[in-house]
Amino acid sequence: MNPVIISASQIVKKFNGLTAAVDGVSFSIEKGKCFGFLGPNGAGKTTLMRMIYCFSPRSSGTMTVFGRDPLREPRSIKQRIGVAPQEDSLDPDLTVIQNLEMYARYFDIPKTVVQQRAERLLDFFQLKEKVRSKIDKLSGGMKRRLIIARALINEPELLVLDEPTTGLDPQARHAIWAKLEELKSQGVTLVLTTHYMEEAARLCDELVIMDLGKIIEKGSPAELVERHQVKNLEEVFLKLTGKDLRE
Amino acid sequence: MRLGESPLGRRVFKVWLRDLIVWSKYWHGSLVGSLGEPVLYFLGIGYGLGSFIPAIEGIPYIQYLAPALIASSVMNSASFETTFSSFTRMEIQKTYQSIAATPVSMEEVIAGEILWAATKACLTGTVMFIAVAFLGFIHSPWAFAAIPVVMMTALLFASIGMTVTSYAPDYDFFTYYFTLFLEPMFLFSGTFFPLSSMPPLLQTFAWFLPLTPSVYVVRSLFQGHVGFHLLGPLLGTIVLTLFFFFFAIRRMVKRLVV
Repeated sequence: MNPVIISASQIVKKFNGLTAAVDGVSFSIEKGKCFGFLGPNGAGKTTLMRMIYCFSPRSSGTMTVFGRDPLREPRSIKQRIGVAPQEDSLDPDLTVIQNLEMYARYFDIPKTVVQQRAERLLDFFQLKEKVRSKIDKLSGGMKRRLIIARALINEPELLVLDEPTTGLDPQARHAIWAKLEELKSQGVTLVLTTHYMEEAARLCDELVIMDLGKIIEKGSPAELVERHQVKNLEEVFLKLTGKDLRE
Repeated sequence: MRLGESPLGRRVFKVWLRDLIVWSKYWHGSLVGSLGEPVLYFLGIGYGLGSFIPAIEGIPYIQYLAPALIASSVMNSASFETTFSSFTRMEIQKTYQSIAATPVSMEEVIAGEILWAATKACLTGTVMFIAVAFLGFIHSPWAFAAIPVVMMTALLFASIGMTVTSYAPDYDFFTYYFTLFLEPMFLFSGTFFPLSSMPPLLQTFAWFLPLTPSVYVVRSLFQGHVGFHLLGPLLGTIVLTLFFFFFAIRRMVKRLVV
C-alpha cells in the first residue's frame, strides 16, 4: 500500500451553525492515486476540497494532509499543493506568462526556476503561442489548461481539481484528461470533483459518491459497476442519488 | 479559526507587488482619474471662486484650500481603491481566493490590498504636493512634515473602505458610502471653509468625521503652526487607522473564509 497523503475522519462542516454541508465524512487518499468525489450539485464536494487546500476551516472532525493539520499548518501544506478551482480565477489584468510568474512569487520560487518551469508548462499544455496574450483572448479550454498549469507551478505533490472540465467541449475535455493521465504517471496525486461519470471512470482509481453531505458509496469505478450490477458508472450514480432534479 | 502559524507576515508585500505591477500597466489613466477631480476643484474653487473670497485665517483662500485638497484627494483615491476595485478583485475576478490557495494567507491578501490602496493614494498626494509647491504655496519647511500625515490619512481611508467592502453585497452599496459619507465629509471637514463658520453643534460633530483631524493637521503644518494643539488630532488619526486596519482584515476574513 502506498503512503496515505490525506486522511479525514468524521469531517463536519456547518455554515452559520445551520445544516451540515458536509456531514460526518471519512476517507483516506493514497499517494500517486487519482481520487474522485462525485455527487450532484450541493453534495458538499467543493466544501471538502476547500478544507483540503486549507481554505475553509472544518466545524469538527480530524484531517491531516501530508500528516499535518490544515488548521495548524496551512502554509506548509499549501506550499506542496496545487489548486485548480472551479471558477475562472485567472488574473485578467495580466498576460498568460505573467499569471504564471505572479503565482510563482506567492510560493517564493526563484525567478530563473520559474522561467524554465513556465516554459515547460506552457509547452505541456499547448499554450506556447499564447505566452503574451491577455486572458480574455483565450478560449474556455485554454483558460482551463492555464488554470491547471498555474496550479503546477510549484511542482505540487498533490493536485486538487474542482470540476476541471465543466463547461468544455469534448475535444477540450479529452485534451485535459490526457494531460491529467500524464501527470498521474509522473507520480502526482490527483484529487478531483466531477459530475461527469465518463471523467471519473477514465481517471479515478478510487472514488466516493456523495449526496447531501454524506458519502453514500465508495470503491473503484469497476467495483461499483460490478457491485450494483449495472452497465456503467452513470447508472450507479443515478441509482444511488435518484433522478430528481437538484437545483 | 487559525491555530498555528501567524497569519500576517512578509507575504503581505507579494500582494502589494501584484497590485503595483498591474497598476504600472495602467498608471497614466489611473493617475489622471485620481488627480482630475482635486485639480479641477483647485482651479475652479481655489482660483475661480477664491478670488471673490477674502483671506481666511490671514491667508489667501487658495492657500487655505490647497493643503486640505491634498488630504481629501488622498481620501478619495484610497477609498475608491478598496471599495470598487477591491470588490471587483474579490467578487468578479476571484483574485483573493486564488491567492489564498497559495502559502499567502487571506489576512495577508487583505493587508496587502489596503497597503497598496494607501500607496496609490500617496502617489496622488505626492503629485498634488509637488504641484502645490511649484505654485509657490509652501511657506514653511513644516509642510514636509505633512507627508507622513497624508500617508496616515491614505491608510486610514483605505482601511475604512475595506471595512465597507466587507459588508457590501453589490456595487450599489458603495454609491451610498460615497454619497452619504465621503461627499459630506469632503464638504464639512473644514476643507473649503473653517469649522468655526458652522453652528457649534455641527462643529463638534465635524470633529468626529475622520477627515477633519487630517485636514486640520496638514493645514497647520503647511502654515508652520506647530504645537501641542496638533497632538490630539494626530493621536486620534493614528488610533482610528490602527483600529480600522485590523478590523477590516478581520471582517474580510470572516466574509471570505467560510
